[in-house]
Amino acid sequence: MKNIRNFCIIAHIDHGKSTLADRLLDFTGSVTDREKQDQLLDTMDLERERGITIKSHAIQMDYEYNGEKYILNLIDTPGHVDFSYEVSRSIAACEGALLIVDAAQSIQAQTISNLYLALENDLEIIPILNKVDLPSANPEEVTDDIVDLLGCKPEEVIHASGKTGFGVDKILEAVIERIPAPKGDPNAPLQALIFDSVYNTFRGIETYFRVFNGEIKKGQKIKFVATDKEYYADEVGTLKLTQVAKQSVKTGDVGYLITGIKTAKEVKVGDTITDFAKPTTNIVEGFEDVKPMVFAGIYPVDTEDYEELRNSMEKLQLNDASLVFQPESSAALGFGFRCGFLGMLHMEIIQERLEREFDMTVITTVPNVSYHAYTNKTPDEAFIVNNPSDLPDPSTVNRVEEPYIKATIITKADFVGNVMSLCIEKRGIIINQTYLTTERVELTFEMPLAEIVFDFYDRLKTVSKGYASFDYSPIGMKTSKLVRLDILLNAQPVDALSALIHADNAQHIGKKMCEKLKELIPRQQFDIPIQAAVGAKIISRETIKALRKDVTAKCYGGDISRKRKLLEKQKKGKKRMRQVGNVEIPQQAFMAVLKLND
Amino acid sequence: MAGIYIHIPFCKQACFYCDFHFSTSLKKKDELVQALVKELELRKDELKNETIETIYFGGGTPSLLTNEELKLLIDSVYKHYQVAENPEITLEANPDDLSKSVIIQLSESPINRLSIGIQSFFEDDLKNMNRAHSSDEAKKCLKEATKYFDNITIDLIYGIPNMSLEKWNKNLEMTFGFGVNHISSYALTVEPNTAMAMFIKKGTYPPMDEDLALQHFNYLIEKTNEQGFVHYEISNFGKPNYFSKHNTSYWQGKSYLGIGPSAHSFYKNERSWNVSNNTKYIKAIQNKTLPNTAEHLSIQDEYNEYIMTGLRTIWGVSLEKIEKDFGKTFVEHLKISAKKYINEGLLEVSHQKTIITTKKGKFLIDGIASELFMI
Ligand SMILES: Nc1nc2c(ncn2[C@@H]2O[C@H](COP(=O)(O)OP(=O)(O)O)[C@@H](O)[C@H]2O)c(=O)[nH]1
Ligand SMILES: C[S@@+](CC[C@H](N)C(=O)[O-])C[C@H]1O[C@@H](n2cnc3c(N)ncnc32)[C@H](O)[C@@H]1O
Ligand code: SF4
Ligand SMILES: [Mg+2]
Repeated sequence: MKNIRNFCIIAHIDHGKSTLADRLLDFTGSVTDREKQDQLLDTMDLERERGITIKSHAIQMDYEYNGEKYILNLIDTPGHVDFSYEVSRSIAACEGALLIVDAAQSIQAQTISNLYLALENDLEIIPILNKVDLPSANPEEVTDDIVDLLGCKPEEVIHASGKTGFGVDKILEAVIERIPAPKGDPNAPLQALIFDSVYNTFRGIETYFRVFNGEIKKGQKIKFVATDKEYYADEVGTLKLTQVAKQSVKTGDVGYLITGIKTAKEVKVGDTITDFAKPTTNIVEGFEDVKPMVFAGIYPVDTEDYEELRNSMEKLQLNDASLVFQPESSAALGFGFRCGFLGMLHMEIIQERLEREFDMTVITTVPNVSYHAYTNKTPDEAFIVNNPSDLPDPSTVNRVEEPYIKATIITKADFVGNVMSLCIEKRGIIINQTYLTTERVELTFEMPLAEIVFDFYDRLKTVSKGYASFDYSPIGMKTSKLVRLDILLNAQPVDALSALIHADNAQHIGKKMCEKLKELIPRQQFDIPIQAAVGAKIISRETIKALRKDVTAKCYGGDISRKRKLLEKQKKGKKRMRQVGNVEIPQQAFMAVLKLND
Repeated sequence: MAGIYIHIPFCKQACFYCDFHFSTSLKKKDELVQALVKELELRKDELKNETIETIYFGGGTPSLLTNEELKLLIDSVYKHYQVAENPEITLEANPDDLSKSVIIQLSESPINRLSIGIQSFFEDDLKNMNRAHSSDEAKKCLKEATKYFDNITIDLIYGIPNMSLEKWNKNLEMTFGFGVNHISSYALTVEPNTAMAMFIKKGTYPPMDEDLALQHFNYLIEKTNEQGFVHYEISNFGKPNYFSKHNTSYWQGKSYLGIGPSAHSFYKNERSWNVSNNTKYIKAIQNKTLPNTAEHLSIQDEYNEYIMTGLRTIWGVSLEKIEKDFGKTFVEHLKISAKKYINEGLLEVSHQKTIITTKKGKFLIDGIASELFMI
């Protein structure tokens, strides 16, 4: 046990976590040349393409240092706020963390939020100044920033480059020298923490865990504490680039478990694994059922594909337990599902995976948060509204509450004014402003979660010219003056376009919605009036003029293939459209409310 | 049966709406003509077993070439290709190049068809589009040209913002007055990256008015019909026996060789096109290489093109041909997807054999064709 080190890498997005992980694997000879690939741990196609880590990953490296053999377990975590619970559980599985800071970008919001998580779990922090090879790197200043943040000595900050491999030896040395070996009682009853699970078509769910006490043996009868289910450990082992089956995984180590479980829902990240006969009395603290934050309808473009969509969603849920859904129906879109997601990125990922892995063409409706409505009849009983259409008749509503978050934004002093205006426009209330350095400011706001769903990230990026980072955590429900904004196309209300918004913004958003829809809905052979309404009152209107001319004059030798391709593209685009009444609506229109400022 | 298109990439000045490939500097004209001759030679084997029925000088402005240059090019075609007995040889010409003496010279050359870019007989329209010719030149050249050529087509542009129906009517009456037997008439189109697109964006040129264009189009159909023209393709109107053979072959999927920068070629199921850059073109040809890109058409692509071009013509698309060339699934697909438009009166079935576009459908045919595509 004294030669095991468990550590994770925490960083703001794009500071080079996955790249540095690749270098560590190279340096320790954990991958052969043939297996080498950029961002090796990002195994999903989607992760590689987008350069983001969606799932946690773990890998074991062997390393000889001063004549002794060490086992280093590296846990790579997603950087995005949508997955912060997964991050927190991965952190809980470690004794140390490499805190990576981009030498050009310095400390960002997720650097800090992830650092706090690590400190809460008493991890040894190894600060790493990464990307020192960049011409724009600013090593002195950023080192100062890190020293200020951690209260460490400048010499403790390791200079490195994931690109060139510079400093990797120093990092490994620090992992061994500075991170404590795991503690724990090998003879105590089994106590292990589940920090992730992966679905494998052939083998069912693979559970990733860290043993804190005791050991887990092949064939052992075990129990998952939170779900209160029993299994046999059909196979256990450690995680090299491929899995290595073992007779047992011992105290302090990280490994995988296969039990024949088929659905991801049964394996909850944060849960404790223990022995069935001799259960532990210490469960790993911090278990939570992850709650979806954002809800949206997912509908098949072709109504006949409903059952197939259900099958696909069920399969997706097998390997993504954080996806929840239940059937719903919409007057405009027919049968579909109301789905809960961890956040907007998660929602996008699910939509993309449905299309890529299951070949489904779907329409996603305007996302919303989960509201609590209280009626005059039962003013103490919350009625949960996950879909704007479920909001009871306004005359019977006593009040509506919406979820609030604490938002942390780090930006340059120059942009404080802009960021402040944006947050205030988004109904934020500033609660703190701290100068981290003379240049860099941390702003803290309380604001409605719904507002960050609505084009917040993009606007923040714009107003700060990219120099702002953002993180948030939920802080509970607050009463708000909310109304439902309805959209009518051709005088027919389209329920899938409704949104709950603050009453004071109704006029403004209604107008912008109409304008945006006019832009997004292609002209058809008749005029299409678009109206925005609150209750019975029409607050804005636009008309999409009928298409009178849809033919290009010339079609000679040079025009033919260009034109064919154009019309083919047009037809493909139409495949993604949904006919509501006699109006064809493209997918983007359902998300129009998110892009009002583009 | 095949055609040869020769692109002459030069113009005196750039019309505001035009995005064709041309240069307003004539410095490289000699070199380019040499390169065209060379390309004709380089590609002499491409149409081995085909007879050349049509030769078409397009542009740009082919009337910027001297009689000798035209002769050189025509001779090269005859030298390297098997040319039919009486080929149709068309020259696109701009009114400002067509003096009486030039017309006479041309009439004595093998060129037997003129395509004259009139666009409008009104001075303000011509100015607003930055045409190089005047209203007077337009009228004078037509008066002379009709004396020496029987096979003349003119280009007219309609749907010019603020052009009254009355003015459009005058353009048509004038055209009929000269006794031309063929008209190509295009709705003014805003092509991206043209001067006109920029003016409209800046607000110094009025935006297009579709209702006006539709009105002009319907009027055009009506008036040409009264005069005995057949509306045989969306933008083309010809008296019987005066249809453009060359352009018709594009719409009927026949083979053609495109010579010169930006020119497209089509043979069997391969389409290729030359670079749209005079210098690069000349250089490549001098090195005896073809500066082209090719694409292979899948059966689906060919079907889609047939639908797209067929529906623009009076011949429509033939169900028999589709069954024969593409197979049952394609016919079934077409029958099912066309139903909606037949019900709406935009398409119709003629003699159970062909699907053609109705008058009502003509101005919407791109969207309709797209819906009938096989994707
Ligand atoms: N110049 C330079 N670029 C790096 C370095 N490390 C990572 N990058 C680049 O930074 C981007 C983000 O890296 P990635 O490892 O995906 O970051 P992650 O989001 O933290 O996992 C990628 O384009 C990398 O190629 C480095 O040390 N030097
Ligand atoms: C490219 S020109 C070549 C022949 C000659 N240079 C001329 O101008 O007549 C062929 C025809 O295309 C027409 N044309 C080019 N661009 C157009 C546009 N954007 N809208 C309508 N007609 C256009 C021209 O007016 C002309 O009648
Ligand atoms: S319309 Fe004709 S003359 Fe005018 S720029 Fe285009 S090719 Fe040249
Ligand atoms: Mg990554």
